[in-house]
Amino acid sequence: MQKAIEIKNLQYKYSRDEEEIIAIYNMSLDIYEGEFVGIIGHNGSGKSTLAKLINGIIMPTAGDIFVYGMNTKDEEKIWEIRQKAGIVFQNPDNQIVATIVEEDVAFGPENLGVEPGEIRRRVDDSLEIVRMSEFKDRKPHQLSGGQKQRIAIAGILAMEPRCIIFDEATAMLDPSGREEVLECIKQLNKENHTTVVYITHYMEEIVDADRIIVLNQGDILMQGSPKEIFARVEELQEVFLDVPNITHLAYELKKEGLAIPDGILTVDELVENLCQFN
Amino acid sequence: MLKDITIGQYYPVQSKIHDLDPRTKIVYTFVYIIILFFANNYVGYALGAGFLALLIAMSNIPLKFVFRSVKAILIIILITVILNVFVTPGNVLFRIGSLKVTDAGLINAAFMALRLTMLIVGTSIMTLTTSPISLTDGMEYCMKVIPGIRSYAHELSMMMTIALRFIPTLMEEADKIMKAQKARGADFETGSIFKKARNIVPILVPLFIGSFKRADELAMAMEARCYRGGNNRTRLYELSYSKNDRIAYIVTVVMVAMMIASRFLPLMRIPIQ
Repeated sequence: MQKAIEIKNLQYKYSRDEEEIIAIYNMSLDIYEGEFVGIIGHNGSGKSTLAKLINGIIMPTAGDIFVYGMNTKDEEKIWEIRQKAGIVFQNPDNQIVATIVEEDVAFGPENLGVEPGEIRRRVDDSLEIVRMSEFKDRKPHQLSGGQKQRIAIAGILAMEPRCIIFDEATAMLDPSGREEVLECIKQLNKENHTTVVYITHYMEEIVDADRIIVLNQGDILMQGSPKEIFARVEELQEVFLDVPNITHLAYELKKEGLAIPDGILTVDELVENLCQFN
Repeated sequence: MLKDITIGQYYPVQSKIHDLDPRTKIVYTFVYIIILFFANNYVGYALGAGFLALLIAMSNIPLKFVFRSVKAILIIILITVILNVFVTPGNVLFRIGSLKVTDAGLINAAFMALRLTMLIVGTSIMTLTTSPISLTDGMEYCMKVIPGIRSYAHELSMMMTIALRFIPTLMEEADKIMKAQKARGADFETGSIFKKARNIVPILVPLFIGSFKRADELAMAMEARCYRGGNNRTRLYELSYSKNDRIAYIVTVVMVAMMIASRFLPLMRIPIQ
């Protein structure tokens, strides 16, 4: 499998109030083409910093990041890196530039100097993928949070990236908005084979991920499949992370003596296991 | 309620004037403002008023809206009228105390008021028939042909676009902050004007801090979407002239020619007095 993102001995530190803070500490990580990688971690674990580093918005203080083989330190490649690895931020309001939905989606390709006819095609396609075509003439402030975030995703899609980083993209949405955005992202990964790096602090959102990476204090604490990660309830709790509710319930039941396997992720799975006791 | 505010005074209806390219309208408006000052006799004023009437009729905008903008400069018109009535020399018609009213003064005042009204109505036709966004687009194109500000054209129009985009967002935020302050007992309605002004401060401070944070995040999001200024940038909608725009330009040229003729050709002149 081809590597989409290759992180080698990455370090990032900055100073605030004359105090040096190390946000990322000697991290090495590979993300492969077509993968859905969930990244979780407590506040200050370096999740968002990592996203900005991959996109070349900030530069590593040591180590390197390669996005499809291009080093983010290479100034000539920075626009190609940003086109290949798009990023969707947390606040939908603060990433919509234009006053009309379709013009906002066109913003990325316009910056890349794409021909008007081709921009038109990309805008229509992207809006179709996020199912917002009927809203193309609306003003952004007339939309709900979930709709605005889908517009933001369409804006990135219109640049035709191969990888999209979601930096807590659902954190400011209500439950229904969160669901519609997540649904859209999963579909992107499955149908368009877009590599997804999904940063979140909602554990429920990444139970379907191919791989979960747990960050703590700027380093990788553990990584593995959702089943492997969520089986380690105590370790997660030590770094102030919760497991999905259903996993937690299964964990408590097991502690009380029921013979249930570790790392239960869905209600169905738990039901199936419990029914075997009859 | 706050969400539905309209920015500027754009009046969205279908009309031939609405469909014109914003550049055409900007150029026409500038030309119109300039040639209004060529008018110095009945024919000139009649031409100016005639073209304006034609525009208003074609724009499908109710007269009430067209003339609403005059209200804003009513004071200026009144002052101009009063000054003209009293200081113009001529045959004295009657006196109010030591002030004398002359026939030339009355005529001058009337035409001055007419000229100011046409000026303001003429410009508001442009803002009434062009949405702020296409106005911004049109200005960017127009600025690009003016040497000196050519290199700032894109930046200026991007600033305007972002301002337009964020006005409703910031209004909403101001509303939220105001409600939050009210819930904690703040009073914005009673008291003297100074007290009211001072009570606005607790709204403005969080609003300002919030907008700086927004600006920071927006800049980052724009950079992440490969924004690097106006160079090599393409547009989804390139402005393009249609047949009607060409007609509008011809009309503009004809209007200019007629205005100049009305001033300088003895045949066309019907002088005031």
